[in-house]
Amino acid sequence: MSVADYAFYCFAVVTVAAGLFVVLARNPVHSVLWLILAFLSSAGLFVLLGAEFVAMLLVIVYVGAVAVLFLFVVMMLDVDFAELKAQMVHYLPLSILIGVVFLAQLVMMFGVWQSADGAAALRGAPTPDPAQIHNTYALGQIIYDDYIHLFQVAGLILLVAMIGAIVLTVRHRPNIKRQNVLAQMYRDPAKAMELKDVKPGQGL
Amino acid sequence: MADFLNTGLGTALSIAAQGLMVIAFVMISLLFLVYGDRKIWAAVQMRKGPNVVGAFGLLQTVADALKYVVKEVVIPAGSDKPVFLLAPMIAFVMAMASWAVIPFSDRLVLTDLNVAILYVMAISSLEVYGVIMGGWASNSKYAFLGSLRSAAQMISYEVSIGLIIIGVILSTGSLNFGDIVAAQDGRFGLFSWYWLPHFPMVFLFFISALAETNRPPFDLPEAESELVAGYQVEYSSTPFLLFMAGEYIAIFLMCALISLLFFGGWLSPIPGLPDGAIWMVAKMGVFFFLFSMVKAIVPRYRYDQLMRLGWKVFLPMSLIWVVVVAFFAQFGAFGGAYARWAVGG
Repeated sequence: MSVADYAFYCFAVVTVAAGLFVVLARNPVHSVLWLILAFLSSAGLFVLLGAEFVAMLLVIVYVGAVAVLFLFVVMMLDVDFAELKAQMVHYLPLSILIGVVFLAQLVMMFGVWQSADGAAALRGAPTPDPAQIHNTYALGQIIYDDYIHLFQVAGLILLVAMIGAIVLTVRHRPNIKRQNVLAQMYRDPAKAMELKDVKPGQGL
Repeated sequence: MADFLNTGLGTALSIAAQGLMVIAFVMISLLFLVYGDRKIWAAVQMRKGPNVVGAFGLLQTVADALKYVVKEVVIPAGSDKPVFLLAPMIAFVMAMASWAVIPFSDRLVLTDLNVAILYVMAISSLEVYGVIMGGWASNSKYAFLGSLRSAAQMISYEVSIGLIIIGVILSTGSLNFGDIVAAQDGRFGLFSWYWLPHFPMVFLFFISALAETNRPPFDLPEAESELVAGYQVEYSSTPFLLFMAGEYIAIFLMCALISLLFFGGWLSPIPGLPDGAIWMVAKMGVFFFLFSMVKAIVPRYRYDQLMRLGWKVFLPMSLIWVVVVAFFAQFGAFGGAYARWAVGG
């Protein structure tokens, strides 16, 4: 076995085990930490596939930003875990039933899965030859040259979602004191304060 | 990157040995950086600084490190023990991991990664976990507040660092450090480097680097006047040493990044003199000197000012700069100063 094989088994086992511990951990903060480990080792799997750009983005976006927010929220939550666990036992039979039904559906669907004759070639068509160009260039070409309009539309949808979230949560509170930084910076010391010579025992 | 993993075990072992050499270099420079840092503050404050252990106190850091190692590890009663001990290790290992892709000259580089800059960004976004985990696991309000502050601060400034780096990447057309430095090679020595075309961003990057590494004037996570020592309150002995070392290694890494991105890495500033690793180390030293002068001279920011600076000043400026650089590069403005991919990258 080459080093790549060892690395693959290492990352794969860690990914699966970490995913399992996300569900099993009693403390939700530990769950998030296991989730981060799962993200990291799947980034390792992407590297083994030769998709280093995607691997780095996974770490930067998911581990560096999304998981930090998760961790923030989970740390700040004040949840009674004993109560949650009691409820889990209560709902366990129902959730197992739903899980089994979902699994059966997936099995049924993949059992009759058939692809058209030219499907593999069609799917591979937009992918440039990885041996010729570096995968960052390849992704850039696909996103910014071939599918630029779809990419822009996706960006627009995200922008709408962001504006929507702001509109839903913004509150206008009257009579609130705000700091005007520019006004503070451009204050004239000569006008802001006045020095007075106070005689002892007299006051102003 | 995947090719590297397809090598045999022998090659992998020799790569591990080279990795150890890089670690040794970083650790040894760390000893003298901490010493230099303390000497510089001492000089600013008209004190003598460390001057007892070794000649001119040169071995003071070694003595301090030994003292930390032999002390007792105190673990608070209500703390989450595994996470508490894991946090400093993460802080240290993540700070060290970035050095794998930092080149010291065109030959001296451990991993010549195609996505080297992204790798550094990814690892530096992981550094925040050491701080958050340490603060949470300590089960102390001071530590927790410190870690929340630090996390918010590091994430905020990472955004502008990322955008500033995008400007450099746009000019070079590559994510590889070797290409970025090669693109800065020119006839005019130090005037060919990126600091001139990307002039305003050099300052923004330097200040963001200060905030990213929790250095003064942005050391709010450990603002001792309000938070005792932030996320490090409960740490003692070797775990504290690891936090401290990780912090200094991250600072040194930022010095290396500034040298590589804006100041030509191992290129010599004067045309005619040979390029080499010595220039790279010298530039890193100069930037470390600036970092320590800032710590000695500039008073601490207030937290709301820090956040305002990050989101309302740096973020818009660096966003506008990305657009400006993209236009300059596309239309070859200023004799192609912004479009170096034709020249070197």
